[in-house]
Amino acid sequence: MFEKTLMAGNIAIAEGAISAGCHAYFGYPITPQNEILEHMSKRMPEEGRVFVQTESEIAAINMVHGAAASGCRAMTTTSSPGFSLKQEGISYLAGANLPAVIVNVMRGGPGLGNIGGAQGDYFQATKGGGHGDYRVIVLAPATVQEMMDFTMLAFELADKYRNPTIVLPDGFLGQAIEPVTMRAPVTKLPEKPWAITGAVGRAKNIINSFAMEPINDQPRIELIRQKLERIRQDEVRFESINLDDAALVIVAYGSAFRSAMTAMQMAREEGLKVGIFRPITLFPFPIKPLSDLSRKVKRFLVAEMSFGQLIEDVRLSLGADAQVELVNQFGGVPMSADEILEAIEKIMK
Amino acid sequence: MAQLEYNELETILYQKPEALEEHPFHFCPGCGHGIALRLVAEIIDELEIRERAICVASIGCSVNSYEYFNFDGLESAHGRAPAVATAIKRCHPHLIPFTYQGDGDLAAIGTAEIVHACARGENITTIFINNAIYGMTGGQMAPTTLTGMYSTSTPAGRKPSLAGYPIRVCEMLSTLEGTAYISRVALHSPAAVRKAKQAIKLAFRTQLAGLGMSLVEVLSPCPTNWRVEPVKALEWLAENMLPYYPLGEYKVIDAVAALKKEDHHA
Amino acid sequence: MATATQRKSNYVVIDSERCKGCHLCIAFCPKGVLKPASRINRMGYTPAEVNEKKTRECTGCGICALMCPDVAVTVHRLKKR
Repeated sequence: MFEKTLMAGNIAIAEGAISAGCHAYFGYPITPQNEILEHMSKRMPEEGRVFVQTESEIAAINMVHGAAASGCRAMTTTSSPGFSLKQEGISYLAGANLPAVIVNVMRGGPGLGNIGGAQGDYFQATKGGGHGDYRVIVLAPATVQEMMDFTMLAFELADKYRNPTIVLPDGFLGQAIEPVTMRAPVTKLPEKPWAITGAVGRAKNIINSFAMEPINDQPRIELIRQKLERIRQDEVRFESINLDDAALVIVAYGSAFRSAMTAMQMAREEGLKVGIFRPITLFPFPIKPLSDLSRKVKRFLVAEMSFGQLIEDVRLSLGADAQVELVNQFGGVPMSADEILEAIEKIMK
Repeated sequence: MAQLEYNELETILYQKPEALEEHPFHFCPGCGHGIALRLVAEIIDELEIRERAICVASIGCSVNSYEYFNFDGLESAHGRAPAVATAIKRCHPHLIPFTYQGDGDLAAIGTAEIVHACARGENITTIFINNAIYGMTGGQMAPTTLTGMYSTSTPAGRKPSLAGYPIRVCEMLSTLEGTAYISRVALHSPAAVRKAKQAIKLAFRTQLAGLGMSLVEVLSPCPTNWRVEPVKALEWLAENMLPYYPLGEYKVIDAVAALKKEDHHA
Repeated sequence: MATATQRKSNYVVIDSERCKGCHLCIAFCPKGVLKPASRINRMGYTPAEVNEKKTRECTGCGICALMCPDVAVTVHRLKKR
């Protein structure tokens, strides 16, 4: 039905959003995701939709707030430093139960860092980088096709739970060019009677995240907590490869997962029984599947492009007697399959 | 409001606008917000846009404004109301979003948002309440606090060497191309309140006619944090704020001037 | 408060429980028709009220309602039938 085309990851995000019926996009230039802003500046007006290049990432996330509150599917994309600037806005979106999609094409950091791909925003993205009791759904693509598909999925989950949802690729994936199959555009968007659309023939709608009296605020937050429980139960996604006979399991996502795949194949050729467990939802983190796995397998190797963030969640999920090693690069330096293979050999030989 | 029957024909001159809820205001006695909000509600009734009006509230004493209005409203993070309103207007051009902001919200943390909403010529309206103080948080210095003026964070009076100079927002924003109507008004006397209402109405009509950004700065009393009782607060405003913040229209593009003329003939 | 049926002139109604006693209406009434009440309301404010001796002088100009920060004033102007 839809032909395959070659596309960069960043463009796949933009086209995924358009296919998902994203009506409003607000962006600010920051490498390595400028192509999304540029592509949307051309395509959104073509589709008769809203595009604004904003004065800051802060303005962009607050424009997402306005668009989402008025019932439109809305997205903003950025990279690590910009993602930090958006945290207050994301907390407001969560506090006001607003659906929105935020894409963070991660780069080396902290501070100004550099424009190389990295995974150093794991904590910020998955633990809720803003203030207050909330979490956000976090999807981690590892291919250009997934950049498109997970952006579309993000809109669906955001609307389903009325919660901000993050797509978390890194700079390498943003720039990578791979074949992609376009998806059928979403035509049926969910009804949003709660939205700010003008009080015509109904009582007024108010969207806020405030109650002067704490005792009135708690019920609001309790609803958010219950929603997160449902998300934890129903939305966990992960991928298992060669786990049946695995003696060592690599845990990795995004670009690190791609290097791990090659390393696993090389290790298998050397007769080493290696498997991979790939979290796709970084929140809700696949705790149970990992802890089940640890009954059978005792040795784990976390491969990530940060100085050790994913590894904390992996350790939390595994039993006390599981042995967890780390192989990593960070600061924008890519991780090669050879480094992972070396780590595998050191553990298994 | 008690309902009274009377045999003579009776016209009610002033009463609660339909665009306001019954909900009493939480503001302090003599607070300018209570007047400004009522003016906005009266105008929304007069222009018959209650079903299109969207209150984009900010953070400060103004935060509860959407509770008092009888139409859709939402809260925006401190300083970000112009961005929120931008998105609402662009997504739903038929709606009439207006931001209702204080001086801390607009002229301190939200400076970039208001400047760029003006620069982009967003077709929204901003009601900017300048009471030269942070009210909600208990009376700290605001960007519009006058030189020498006491506040809880300028205990010896605002010193330029330490805390710089108050910002004249209308003058600053009127240099931006995208602005269609910018006016500064005040609430210190009946005549001033009437002029304030005319300016706010023209601002909304500017948006209705799709002419670009409209902003009305309203010099407003804050008796509690000025530590002055309400009637004296209005006198203090006239004596101290008017000289530094001259009233008047700082930007009126031709199309808005034409709207004004229509008024006199209508 | 006298009921309306005895009224033959313009009159003002002040919601004494909504009023916060800022007294702006008293200060700005051109005819001095309004005065501070002799009691406090539920919130502890001294509301404004109509001075019954002066009520005839009310011209229905509406300045009290214009200046009221709490929408506590309703102004009635009478037209002969």
